[in-house]
Amino acid sequence: MLSFVTKNRFLPVWLLGLCLLPALASATPPVGSDAFAQAVERLQVKSYKEREAAVAALISSQDERVKPVLEAMLNARLFYTKKDKITVIGIKTKDGFSITGVLDQKSLGNASKSQLKKIKVNNKLRRILRAGIAALTLSDPAPEVRLSAVKQMYGKLGNAGIQILTTHFETETDSKVREEIQTLLHIHDLSSDDRNTVLKAVAALSKSLHPEVRNKLELLKDSTDQEISAASGDALKHIQEQLAFYAKVKTAFFGLSLGSVLVLAAIGLAITFGVMGVINMAHGELIMLGAYTTYVIQQLMPQYIGMSLLVAIPAAFLVSGAVGILIERLVIRHLYGRPLETLLATFGISLILQQTVRTIFSPLNRSVETPQWMSGFLEINPALSLTYNRLYIILFCLLVFAVLFLVIKKTSLGLSVRAVSQNRAMARAMGIRASRVDALTFGLGSGIAGIAGVALSQITNVGPNMGQDYIIDSFMVVVFGGVGNLWGTLIGGFSLGIANKFMEPWAGAVLAKILVLVFIILFIQKRPRGLFPQKGRVN
Amino acid sequence: MSALAKIRETFRRDQVFDFVNKQDYSRVDTSHGQILYVEDVSVSFDGFKAINELNFYIEVGELRCMIGPNGAGKTTMMDIITGKTRPDQGSVWFGQNINLLKMTEPEIAQAGVGRKFQKPTVFEHHDIFENLEMAMAGNKGVWSTFRARLSSEQHDQIASVMEIIGLSDCAKQRAGALSHGQKQWLEIGMLLMQNPKLLLVDEPVAGMTHQEMDKTGELLTSLAGEHSVVVVEHDMDFVRSIAKKVSVLHQGSILAEGSMDEVQNNQRVIEVYLGE
Amino acid sequence: MFYMLKGDRGGQALLLLLSIAVVLVPVLNLVVPEGHALHVSTFTVTLLGKYLAFALLAVAVDLVWGYMGILSLGHGAFFALGGYAMGMYLMLQIGDRGVYGNPDLPDFMVFLNWQEVPWFWQGFDNFWFAMIMVALVPGLLAFVFGALAFRSRVTGVYLSIMTQALTYALMLAFFRNEMGFGGNNGLTDFKDILGFSLQSDSTRVALFIASAAALALGYLACRAIVVSRLGKVVVAIRDTEDRVRFIGYRVDHIKLAIFTFSAVLAGIAGALYVPQVGIINPGEFSPLRSIELVVWVAIGGRATLYGAVLGAFIVNYSKTYLTGAAPEVWLFALGALFVLVTLYLPNGLAGLSKKKEAAA
Repeated sequence: MLSFVTKNRFLPVWLLGLCLLPALASATPPVGSDAFAQAVERLQVKSYKEREAAVAALISSQDERVKPVLEAMLNARLFYTKKDKITVIGIKTKDGFSITGVLDQKSLGNASKSQLKKIKVNNKLRRILRAGIAALTLSDPAPEVRLSAVKQMYGKLGNAGIQILTTHFETETDSKVREEIQTLLHIHDLSSDDRNTVLKAVAALSKSLHPEVRNKLELLKDSTDQEISAASGDALKHIQEQLAFYAKVKTAFFGLSLGSVLVLAAIGLAITFGVMGVINMAHGELIMLGAYTTYVIQQLMPQYIGMSLLVAIPAAFLVSGAVGILIERLVIRHLYGRPLETLLATFGISLILQQTVRTIFSPLNRSVETPQWMSGFLEINPALSLTYNRLYIILFCLLVFAVLFLVIKKTSLGLSVRAVSQNRAMARAMGIRASRVDALTFGLGSGIAGIAGVALSQITNVGPNMGQDYIIDSFMVVVFGGVGNLWGTLIGGFSLGIANKFMEPWAGAVLAKILVLVFIILFIQKRPRGLFPQKGRVN
Repeated sequence: MSALAKIRETFRRDQVFDFVNKQDYSRVDTSHGQILYVEDVSVSFDGFKAINELNFYIEVGELRCMIGPNGAGKTTMMDIITGKTRPDQGSVWFGQNINLLKMTEPEIAQAGVGRKFQKPTVFEHHDIFENLEMAMAGNKGVWSTFRARLSSEQHDQIASVMEIIGLSDCAKQRAGALSHGQKQWLEIGMLLMQNPKLLLVDEPVAGMTHQEMDKTGELLTSLAGEHSVVVVEHDMDFVRSIAKKVSVLHQGSILAEGSMDEVQNNQRVIEVYLGE
Repeated sequence: MFYMLKGDRGGQALLLLLSIAVVLVPVLNLVVPEGHALHVSTFTVTLLGKYLAFALLAVAVDLVWGYMGILSLGHGAFFALGGYAMGMYLMLQIGDRGVYGNPDLPDFMVFLNWQEVPWFWQGFDNFWFAMIMVALVPGLLAFVFGALAFRSRVTGVYLSIMTQALTYALMLAFFRNEMGFGGNNGLTDFKDILGFSLQSDSTRVALFIASAAALALGYLACRAIVVSRLGKVVVAIRDTEDRVRFIGYRVDHIKLAIFTFSAVLAGIAGALYVPQVGIINPGEFSPLRSIELVVWVAIGGRATLYGAVLGAFIVNYSKTYLTGAAPEVWLFALGALFVLVTLYLPNGLAGLSKKKEAAA
C-alpha cells in the first residue's frame, strides 16, 4: 500500500492536475494506486488530447512510480505491448528492447521492435511532461533536491511552470529555495508586457548574479522605453561590479589554496632546513611517500574511502617520519657542517627513493580516490563557488601549521630543538642529547612532509616524479619567507600562491610560475635573509 | 637611505658630486698628524647598542691599546673601521681625505688599513709563502692577479717578512698545519705584506706562550712609528708591556684614555672592572 | 709553453691521451676497414666525442665548485644555452629539406603557423655569429646572475638553490612553444654543418677532433688560472672568503670573472654536444641534469681538473652501459653513487691516488 505523505508540498502537484485539465476539475480524480493504474492504461489512447488528460491524471495520482514513467515518456522510451497492452519502459539493446512493466516494475525480458508500440508525444505534451517532472521533484522532501529542481527550470519556464512555482513558493519553507524561485519569477517578469512589472523585476534583480539575468538585462538595455533602458543599464553595471569583485575573491581563493599546498610542502622543510640547517633534497620524495601511503591504505580498505584518508594522515606521518629518521641516522649525521655535501647525498637518496617506488608501484601515476565529503563545492552565489577539496586543504594547512607551531613552542621536544639549533655545544652541556634531538627533529620535518603528501594526493597525480615538482617550490618558499622562521614560511607560501594565481590570467600558468621564480631570485639578491630574517647578532 | 634622503644628498650645495671629487685611495693625507678619526659613531643590532657615540683619534705612528670587558664593542668597532659593519650614524675618516664609510672592505684594505682577526684566519690550504704572496700590496684586479709573476724584489720582501715573523724555515709548510701562535704571526705577516698605514690587531697573543708573547710585543712595538697600530687585547700584562696609551671601551664608548697607570687608577674604570 | 702543466701528472697524462686519440681514432675509423678487429665504429667515435664534451663541462663545473667553492646546480643551463645557439644554426642549415619544405622557416615554426623567423633567430644562419652566441649567451646570463648574486653576497646553499631555480625557470620557459625554440621537442633533424653532412663519417671524426681540441684548450686555460696567483686567491675565497676581502681583493669581481668564464666553457661544451647527438631539447635544463654533472666532478675528485675529466668519463660510460643493460638499475646506481662518494670518498678517485702517492 502506498504510504501517503500528506505534506503541503504535494499540493501543487495536485493543483497542476487541476489547472492542466479544467475539464476534470469537477470530478476530483481518484488518488492512489488504482488511480495510477487507470491513468497508465489511459496513456495508450490515440488522441493527444486524451493523452494529455491521462498525463494529468497520472500526476495527480501522487504515486511514487509516476516520475520514471514521465521521464521515460519524455525520452521516447515508453511503450505498450501490442499483444497484452501492458505499458512498459523499454531500453534499447542490440536486438530489440529490454522491457520492464510500469505497474509491477518487473522485468519482462526482451521484446522485438515489432512487438511494441511507442506512446508518442508532441511538443505540447513534452512541455507538460517537463513541468510535471519538475513539479514532482519540487515536492521532494530534501531541500537540495528541490533547489536543483528549481535551477533546472531556468530558461525552460512555460506558463505552466510559472504557475507551479508561484504556488510552490507559497508553501516553500527553505529560504534558499525561496530565493531561487523568486529570482526565477523575476526573470520571468522581465519579459512581461507591463512596464511596472518589468521595472520592479529589474530593481529586484540588480543584485542577482545569475547569468540569465545578464542576458535578459542586455536585451532590455536596448529597449525603446527610456526608463527601462536606464534601469537595466544601472542594474547591469552593478552586477558587473559584483562579478568583478567575486572574480577577485575567487582568484584569491585559488591563490590561498595554492599557497596552502606550497606551505604544506615547505613547512617540513622549514623544520629540517630552517631549524637544523640541513638541506634535504629528498624532501619531495618524503612527500611522495606520504601520497603513496594514502594510496596503499585506500587499497587496503576500499569500502571506506572516507575513513581511509583520516587513517592515512597518521600513517603517512609515521612512514615518512621513519624514513626521515633512517636517512638522518645513516647519512646526514655524518655530514653535519658540510651543507653542500648534505645536499648531494640527499639528492642521491631522492633518486633511490624514486626508483624504489617506480619498481614497486610501476612508473605510472596511481589514482587516489577523493572521498565523498571532499568532492563537490560550496556555492556561495552563482558567481562564486568554492570546491570542497581546496577548502579542506586550506583548513588542513592551517591546522598542521598550528599543531607544528605549538609543538615547537610549547613541548619539551620543541624546546630542545630550539636549543640545539641555536647552540649545539651549549645544549649538549645542558644535558640535551643532541644527536637524539637531531634525529627526532628530522623525523618531525619528514613526517610533516608525509602529511603534505596525503593532502597533495587529493589534488594532483600520485607518481614517482611528484616529489621533484615540489622540491624547488618548497625551497623557494622557505628561502623567501626567511630561513628558521615558521611564520615566514606561512606568509611566504600564501603570498607566493596568491601572486601566482593573480598573474595567471594575463601571463598564463607557466609564465606566472617563471615570473615568480625570477622574482624570488631577484628578491634574494636584495634581501639574502628572506622576508623575516632570524634575529641575532650578525656573525 | 630613503629615496628622499638620497635626493636631498644629491642636491646638497655644500658638496660636489662624488664622481667629481673622486677619492684617491692611494695617498692618505695625514698632514694634521692624525691617521684615524672616529667621531660620534653608533650602531645597534636588534635594539642592542653595540657602539654608542664612540669618539677617538689615532695619531700617525702611534701604538694604541684598546681594552674593555666582553661585549664592550671592540670587535664591532674594528668591523666598522674595516667596512664590515655600517654604523647607524657618525663618521670614520682615514687621514683627512678618505671617508671609510663610503668604501667596501677591499677598498679600505687597499687604502692601507690592515686587520688581524680575533680568531686567526689564514688560508689553511696554502703554504706560508703563498699566504704572504697573496697578501702582498699591489694591483689586486682580476686580470693583474691572473698575470702576476713574482719579481726578485718581491721574493726578497716575502723572505724578509718570513724572517720577521720567524717562519723562514717552513716556507713550504701548509698554513693549516701551523700552531696557534704561528698562525697569529703569519696573519701579522700578511698584514705587513699589505704595507698598511694602519694596523688593527685583534687579540694577537691569545693562545700564546709567554715567550711567544714577548716576541709578539717586540714585533708590535717595532712596527709602531712606521705604521700606526691599534691593538685590542684582554691580557693586561701584555698590554702593560707594550702600551704607551690605553683606551678603555665600555658599553660601546670610550670610558677612559691615558697611560696604563692613569687608566688603572681611574675611578670609573675600577668600578666597571671590579663592580660597584 | 705548457708551464701550467708543471707538476700536474694527471693533466700531462690527459693531454697525452687526447693527442694520441686525435691521431688514432680517425685512422682506426676512416682507414681501417669495417669488420677489421681494430676498426672503431662511427657510433663509438660519436660516443667518445659526446664524452669529451661532457668532460669539458665537468672541468667548467670543477673550476667553480672544486676551486671556488660555489656549488652551481645550474651549469646544465649554460650547457643547454650553448647547445641551443648551435642548434639554431644547424636548424637554419636545413633549408627546404624539412618535412614542410619551407626554405626560410624551420619545421616547428611552420607548424605553429609563424610567418617569419623571429628577431632573435636573426643572424644564426651565419656560423661565426652562432659561435659567438655560443659563448656570449651563457656568459651574459652568468654575468648578470653572478653580478646580482655575488654583490649581495649570496653564498653557500642559498646560491646553489638559486642556481637550481634559474635552470628550472629556464626549463619551464623553453618548454613553451611561444618561446620560439621548438618547445617540448626542441631542435632536431639537423642535416649539415658548414656544408658537411652530419651523417658522414668524416664529419663525425672532425667533430670528435674538435671536441678533443676544445677539451685540451679548456683544460689548459683552467689550469693556467689555477696555477696563477688568481687561482690561489680563488681557492682562498673558497676557504676563507672574508679574509680575502680584508687583504684587498674584490671578491665579487673575482667570483664573477671565474663564474662567467666557466659558463662560457659550459656553453662551448653544449655547442659541441648538440651536432654529435643531433638534438637539443628543454630536458637539458632539468635540475636533474645539472645536479648529475656535479657528481661527475665529485667522483673524479674536485679541485683536480683531470679528476673532473675522469669522473665525466666513468659516470657517463656507466650510464651508457647500465641504461642499455639494466635501465631500472641506473637510478639506483646513480643515487648510491651520490651517497657513497660524499660519505666515503670526499676527495674522489683523484684523492685516492693522491693518498697512495703520499703513502708511497
